[in-house]
Amino acid sequence: MSAGTLYDKVWELHRVADLPGGATQLFIGLHLIHEVTSPQAFAALDDLGLSVRHPERTVATVDHIVPTTSQARPFADPLAEEMLATLEANCARHGITLHGLGSGRQGIVHVIAPELGLTQPGMTVACGDSHTSTHGAFGAIAFGIGTSQVRDVLASQSLAMGKLKVRRILVEGTLQSGVYAKDLVLHVIRTLGVKGGVGYAYEFAGPAIEALSMEERMTLCNMAIEGGARCGYVNPDAVTFAYLKGRPHAPAGEAWERAVAWWSALASGPDAVFDDEVVFDAATIAPTVTWGITPGQAIGVDEAVPTLEQTDSDERPIAEEAYRYMDLRPGAPIEGLPVDVCFIGSCTNGRLSDLRAAAAVARGRQVAAGIKAFVVPGSEQVAAAAEAEGLDAVFREAGFEWREPGCSMCLAMNPDRLEGRQISASSSNRNFKGRQGSASGRTLLMSPAMVAAAAVSGHVADVRRLIDTPSSPEPAPTPA
Amino acid sequence: MSATPFPAGPIQHCRGRAVVVPGDDIDTDRIIPARYLKCVTFDDLAEGVFADDRRERAGDHPFDRADSQGAAILVVNRNFGCGSSREHAPQALMRWGIRAVIGESFAEIFFGNCLALGIPCLSADHATVLAVQAAVAAHPGAVLQLDLEPPQVMLEADGERFGWPLELAAGPRRMLVSGEWNGTAQLVAHDAELRATAGRLPYLAAFATA
Repeated sequence: MSAGTLYDKVWELHRVADLPGGATQLFIGLHLIHEVTSPQAFAALDDLGLSVRHPERTVATVDHIVPTTSQARPFADPLAEEMLATLEANCARHGITLHGLGSGRQGIVHVIAPELGLTQPGMTVACGDSHTSTHGAFGAIAFGIGTSQVRDVLASQSLAMGKLKVRRILVEGTLQSGVYAKDLVLHVIRTLGVKGGVGYAYEFAGPAIEALSMEERMTLCNMAIEGGARCGYVNPDAVTFAYLKGRPHAPAGEAWERAVAWWSALASGPDAVFDDEVVFDAATIAPTVTWGITPGQAIGVDEAVPTLEQTDSDERPIAEEAYRYMDLRPGAPIEGLPVDVCFIGSCTNGRLSDLRAAAAVARGRQVAAGIKAFVVPGSEQVAAAAEAEGLDAVFREAGFEWREPGCSMCLAMNPDRLEGRQISASSSNRNFKGRQGSASGRTLLMSPAMVAAAAVSGHVADVRRLIDTPSSPEPAPTPA
Repeated sequence: MSATPFPAGPIQHCRGRAVVVPGDDIDTDRIIPARYLKCVTFDDLAEGVFADDRRERAGDHPFDRADSQGAAILVVNRNFGCGSSREHAPQALMRWGIRAVIGESFAEIFFGNCLALGIPCLSADHATVLAVQAAVAAHPGAVLQLDLEPPQVMLEADGERFGWPLELAAGPRRMLVSGEWNGTAQLVAHDAELRATAGRLPYLAAFATA
């Protein structure tokens, strides 16, 4: 049993009561809500005659259903309009802050809470969305919940939970140039499997993790759930504190020093005991791409689609299903596979550093003929920051569309979707069958830089070759 | 669509036909594709259950076969319900008629969402689940009797009786059999404890107590 880890300390601090069924009642420090998983929870609250216990600890935004072309109201889709109108009414009635469209603070819920300084070390964070694990990047214990639990948190600011085991994912070494947190987490999931983390919280630690920026740590923790771990976290350190300082909801003045002292003490100590530990070497990880229908079916861009003989026996049925669905031959190289659509965005990879990495590849190049490529900033703040440094122009000049913030083509709840058998190169988090809106659509998950490389190449390409060679010659003199 | 009432009160047994959906890592996008999530109530979700898989199988999906109609017990394999946290997945299954699930393992959020609806997810090892699935296939339309205490499932057909032990952790089992699986009232009742916890959290007091 784990002891002395950040997870243990935060759990103990938030323990309200032991419930008769054996679960723990856990206080939730920050509750994030959005339009998809909250309306039924508010309705259930009404049925029970209850109110929202801590409206000031509940924060809302709209992300899943918003169009990314025009966000004018009412939306063209009446169902989407009804969902947003319902969220607006529920927030107004219960006194909950809603960061709505055009507020300057709207965006994907897992992008805006960190950028507003709402997510802080040592908190418990819950949201009706599995990618809530993202917030663990700050040393918070953050996990996705269902709508009945959203109801419970609204009513009581707490949840009935069972304690997880803790596995330390220790990553030594340094990531190569052109290899990002996305590649690292796909590599971890590929190695431990999509079920490997069930029952565990993942603590990501070691030199390679400490070297990651906060945005990269968010990418890493975001996909803990794809490895089966309901939450993943990184111990708070100077990188965390530097990110938080000065953000709207971060402590300020004298409180800042006290906060940093408390946050620092939360980190897993040298005597911490873990239920399990797995060690990785960052230097051996290549840009990683999924070839199949689960995030664990991933390979280095320089590898071939695994054959059945190379696949564990109990993974063979789903490998065979993936060959059929993806129309890929075992043993075929992944590099060079043509793609139709290139999507940069999502709660996994829709932050400023993601757009910078992709823009560095796109700069001075052109999207290949016949490819639809688009960039969806994760929030209004990301969009504004990217536009301020001219990234929108870089993308547009390269032939990408520059869109409005939202979840977009990560999941098919808005107009952005694949059609028919299209293959996407996508910086999102799930390559499940039908995930991107076509029942036969195919998804290749990869880093934003790798998506940009695919867009300008017309096929899956090794971004290391594109960033090692100058992307554009000096601009030619303008003809007189 | 479900003809039986939704779960309520203590849940000790479940009786009904079984429907087998084989395969590992069946995610909640497959159980209910995202387009069905555009709703503000769960009322109409039954029509979306396994919608894409059913269309692809053109009538041959387990949920469309004649001997599965009216089934109450879903039998699956490993890591069922992985991916998105959408409660729409168990809601859709429940509204179709499912009242219990037997499988090798379940994704955690899915398991918790089912528990919150009063739908027990019971597990068994690989060989046992394969045996249950084979027995259901050999006796189409047979009725299964599932018990929570002790966790087990029995199938009676052609004068024969088959039984398999199942597993369900003590906590969720107690919650289901006692009827305390829908615990909002219990959480709200701990008012003093909630105040005490909030009172010791440094970030709720501008770190003044840190």
